[in-house]
Amino acid sequence: MARSNPRPRFESWGRYPTLDAKLVPLNWTTDFPLRNPPSTPQLPVGAGRSYGDVCLLENGTLLQTRGMDRLLAFDPATGILRCEAGATLAEILDFAVPRGFFLPVTPGTKYVTVGGAIANDIHGKNHHLAGSFGCHVLRFELIRSDGSRFLCSPTENQEWFAATVGGMGLTGLIAWAEIRLRPIVSRKIDYQGDKFVGIDEFLALSQSATAEYTVAWIDCVSTGKNFARGIFMQGDHVAEPGPLEKSSEPWLTFPVDLPEFALNRFTMSAFNTAYYHKQLSKQKRTKVDYEPFFYPLDSVLHWNRMYGKNGLVQFQNVLPHASGREGMLQILKAITRSGLASFLAVIKFFGETPSVGTMSFPMPGIMLALDFPIRPEVSFDLLERLAEITLEHGGRMYSAKDARMTAEQFQAFYPQWQDFSRYIDPSFDSAFWQRVTGRRPIDG
Amino acid sequence: MVENRALPSKILALGATSAIAEATLRLFAARGASFFLVARNADKLEAVAADLTTRGAAGVTTHIMDLDDTAAHPAMLGQAVEALGTIELALLAHGVLGDQAEAEASYPAAEAVLGTNFMAPVSMITWLANYFETTGQGTLAVISSVAGDRGRKSNYVYGASKGALNIFLDGVRNRIDRSGVQVLTIKPGFVATPMTAHLPPNALFAHPTAVARGIFRAIEKRKDIVYVPAFWAVIMLIIRSIPERIFKKMNL
Repeated sequence: MARSNPRPRFESWGRYPTLDAKLVPLNWTTDFPLRNPPSTPQLPVGAGRSYGDVCLLENGTLLQTRGMDRLLAFDPATGILRCEAGATLAEILDFAVPRGFFLPVTPGTKYVTVGGAIANDIHGKNHHLAGSFGCHVLRFELIRSDGSRFLCSPTENQEWFAATVGGMGLTGLIAWAEIRLRPIVSRKIDYQGDKFVGIDEFLALSQSATAEYTVAWIDCVSTGKNFARGIFMQGDHVAEPGPLEKSSEPWLTFPVDLPEFALNRFTMSAFNTAYYHKQLSKQKRTKVDYEPFFYPLDSVLHWNRMYGKNGLVQFQNVLPHASGREGMLQILKAITRSGLASFLAVIKFFGETPSVGTMSFPMPGIMLALDFPIRPEVSFDLLERLAEITLEHGGRMYSAKDARMTAEQFQAFYPQWQDFSRYIDPSFDSAFWQRVTGRRPIDG
Repeated sequence: MVENRALPSKILALGATSAIAEATLRLFAARGASFFLVARNADKLEAVAADLTTRGAAGVTTHIMDLDDTAAHPAMLGQAVEALGTIELALLAHGVLGDQAEAEASYPAAEAVLGTNFMAPVSMITWLANYFETTGQGTLAVISSVAGDRGRKSNYVYGASKGALNIFLDGVRNRIDRSGVQVLTIKPGFVATPMTAHLPPNALFAHPTAVARGIFRAIEKRKDIVYVPAFWAVIMLIIRSIPERIFKKMNL
């Protein structure tokens, strides 16, 4: 069998689109700028856990930062950690939890890098109180392709700080960053789950919730009396001292790409019904470990293979409170009507804490996130419709989760994009940025 | 035999910025070891030192030198002993892959590979073996390669440097094991490191962290020779058992 040596391909978590690029590993912060600068554009990438094309660049050079994973300093008196940008949140937790510290903000996976967390200004279940990840970044060093270096903080080179937080890696390479960890006394989380039916019950629970962490799972398949049912989940780090050992490594790997037919209306519906009934009582209170609370899917490596070789697309948006209820209802109806439901759709209130990044996604309102298997004829039509509803209701969509929005939609969501673009490194680019500035067709 | 001895906590690392060395040293740093780190590049060594300190090292001393300069070895060793008190583990991790085509075309290129991968370690091991023999303890752990098990056309100059090193270590072990010194020959297979970044990837590539765990266990268990990851022991058993009249015709 004649087989050419396959070039390794860097894929985003959604595995869509797939674009080829040259891969250059950076193992030291001094490896950049490259000694032989490429003639094509460059883009730093971390763990590849964003879903669409913000971490892709066709025919360009991807600078892989995972080798830059050193922890440079830690002060247990203040919780301030300095680390290189390629360190993952999982590596930070392994280090910090046994010392009684936790991340200030964490997304639904711990396998993202610190650089990626800053570049996408990620958020977590505590957004309503803590704001986004960038709010907890004290400073970082930015290296531009011309070799110039900026120490950026909210008070130093602040325009570069604001452009780089949420800047999708386009403003330069983040060499290292300083973040403030928060103290904990145990791995455990005081958990409360409340079942709800309908958006109004969700809104009421969100308004009355007092926990540090809140998020709701919502069923996007069921219709009629079960429409928009879900489980509202709240959690707080426990107050009484408990175990602080580091997590064990996941041993489950999703071994193969699931065939396309495996995920259909019936299997999805069965999953959603089972998930809803997993909790029998209306309200459940218990203590859980932080791993299943924050990272339910991380225990299965490569879970994205569940969506088959075609990959998946995410949809994540936020709508302001004023139009949020009406907009989310329209969105949920459009989704249930399409029959293209996802396993884990989550809905949450974003808080009032302003994001520090010019291009940051979070803003006060209601946030919804879900994923769909890719079935070109239906998935893309639905995404187009969801983007329209988002636009009509004054919301915006999340770049790190997107593979399909148009240049017009993006520029309406983020009217500040032109101001931001002045800070882009002249040799940097991304497939996402090419698309949303009209230089690349969708589905390239 | 000294059994159940404590894990080494005073560590000399040569080529401390190599990916395998760094991953291995992190495991000891988390247990509060002290380090004397030697490498050529000051910026990189400083980053490694900061990382080990953050992860829990009791103390880190750095020393910038080119280990090809064998005349400077004894002085460096003296400084390491002074900084650490005693050396309990010496990890030799410096080396170059070299360019096989270049080394075939010109002897100076081959000599450079042999100098860095064999002559420099021979010098270091000589001084270290004598040191450990007098102190009656210690672990001498040397990163060699599976490539030293049999010469192949694709990298026999590198392979010869590692094969010669293996034989030298066998001899040193035969001499000082009876003094209570562990001599560990480490034979990694393909490891995803900056040294191999240009090679096409395949399923046999291991992450430096996995290799480091294998090295850590081998030190703990006082092994003599270890393949990391362990499956390379099977692969190399097969490779070594192929008759030469067949082997010489193979494309390896």
